[in-house]
Amino acid sequence: MDFIRPTSLAEALRAKAEVPEAVPIAGGTDVMVELNFDRRRPPALLDLNAVGEIAKWSEVDGRIRLGAAVPYVRVIDELGDRLPGLAMAARTVGSPQIRNRGTVGGNLAAASPAGDSHPPLLASDAVVEVASVRGTRTIPITEFYLGVKRSALEPDELITAVLLPPADGPQQFSKVGTRNAMVIAVCSFAVALHPASGTVGTGLGSAAPTPRRAPEAEDYIAGELSALWQSPAPLADSVLRRFGELVGAAAQPIDDVRGSAAYRRHALAVLARRTLGWAWHDYCEGRVTACA
Amino acid sequence: MREKASTFAGEPEPSGPNRRTVLVGAVGAGVAGTALAGVGVGLAAPTTAPPAPQETLPVTLTVNGVRRSAPVDPRASLLDTLRDQWGLTGPKKGCDQGACGACTMLLDGTRVLSCISLAVLHDGQEITTVEGLVAKGEMHPVQRAFAERDGFQCGFCTSGQVTSAVGLLKENPRPSRAEISELMSGNLCRCAAYSNIVDAVADAARGER
Ligand SMILES: Cc1cc2nc3c(=O)[nH]c(=O)nc-3n(C[C@H](O)[C@H](O)[C@H](O)COP(=O)(O)OP(=O)(O)OC[C@H]3O[C@@H](n4cnc5c(N)ncnc54)[C@H](O)[C@@H]3O)c2cc1C
Ligand code: FES
Ligand code: FES
Repeated sequence: MDFIRPTSLAEALRAKAEVPEAVPIAGGTDVMVELNFDRRRPPALLDLNAVGEIAKWSEVDGRIRLGAAVPYVRVIDELGDRLPGLAMAARTVGSPQIRNRGTVGGNLAAASPAGDSHPPLLASDAVVEVASVRGTRTIPITEFYLGVKRSALEPDELITAVLLPPADGPQQFSKVGTRNAMVIAVCSFAVALHPASGTVGTGLGSAAPTPRRAPEAEDYIAGELSALWQSPAPLADSVLRRFGELVGAAAQPIDDVRGSAAYRRHALAVLARRTLGWAWHDYCEGRVTACA
Repeated sequence: MREKASTFAGEPEPSGPNRRTVLVGAVGAGVAGTALAGVGVGLAAPTTAPPAPQETLPVTLTVNGVRRSAPVDPRASLLDTLRDQWGLTGPKKGCDQGACGACTMLLDGTRVLSCISLAVLHDGQEITTVEGLVAKGEMHPVQRAFAERDGFQCGFCTSGQVTSAVGLLKENPRPSRAEISELMSGNLCRCAAYSNIVDAVADAARGER
């Protein structure tokens, strides 16, 4: 197995173009499990740890540009106020040791329907920035996931960053698992309130072959909230429940070792109802961004 | 086998047989026995030369304050490299998939899982294993707290727990008990010494004991 260690993005992209089968490795928390258990024998590994360009975040044109190789711990410590939904999700990934190494870029490239980054990225209309020697392009998050562990990334491309607007309203994330730590989500849900545009974003995880949004639930709740943004008042329980039902209906879950399809649909409805309740409560209390 | 054992550690080997060399010697004897048995049931002895060793890459790590350089198989995990090549058997292999924390080490002061990292990824970096926590023959305060609070039973998870706790206290010097449980959640203990482990970490955080 070859080991390629580029020290700049240009070098990394050249290497990926020359050896498209080379497997990129950032935190290694997904790749290494595959190597250790012989599920994958790549001809080459492409180490992204010395590529400085993708290991930092910045603010560009009013959006956060989060480098693909920034570990979860930095999202939590440094971006909890601006990206509260993503930071909440990051806090539930694996264990502290996993969060010290694992990255959002790795989560995206792995494209597991259970990845915890996906629901908050969907809820806040993130855009994935990818690059190759052919150039840089951006992919709206809803077009990034193509199937179970399949994404729109081409073989010669690397993910360089994810771009997302800082929160303009409360955000929440919640996931169901067998315990509070180190669990792959049985299902997960993220919600982002956007008072400026009067819209609500959603993201469902472990609920379908790909992470997805629940457009009908979003339209329904935007309609219910349209008269309330200016003069916030508590939401009727029936509204929260209807929102939950529509989220459950948007799922296309499977039965597997972690849970049945019926359970997942039910749990998603509960998560949706609760997280919307929390986020709306925060909005009513005048907390623009939920404390992360 | 014995010869390999003595080149393992790069650390001064004690003069008499220690546990490691005895174990390695015993494994060698076992392998020899199997080979003889193979001949006994009529298997031909191998005639071709063993496969050429994999290509290696030079790696330099500062491990517990000592700079070490060695050719390393690029596929070797950081854990296997330290245990098998350099004889540092403090970090344990509980799961080899990032789920148990027994292999926790500090990488430039940050706790990481060495089973799901490669040695070649860390060329030039600083590693601290449980062996490196003892300073001038004195146990680290976290080690002492674990001993005094009985933060273990069989001890298999302990080196990972202790190393993880040292990393935790660096990240968060004043954790509450709830935070300790949460922040130690990457370290499993099959003996379920959890409540004593939390006591030990809380003591160490208070600088007591
Ligand atoms: C014990 C354990 C618990 C876990 N718990 C969770 C959890 O709770 N939630 C969760 O979502 N995940 C979890 N994971 C999975 C994993 O930690 C995450 O998916 C993490 O985000 C992967 O990031 P990484 O940098 O370690 O990826 P790597 O392992 O380095 O890479 C993952 C994949 O992405 C590719 N890749 C990485 N970076 C790029 C890039 N910039 N461009 C193109 N391709 C790239 C790699 O080739 C590989 O295919 C867990 C893993 C373990 C071992
Ligand atoms: S051996 Fe590394 S986490 Fe279990
Ligand atoms: S002391 Fe036995 S596994 Fe923890």
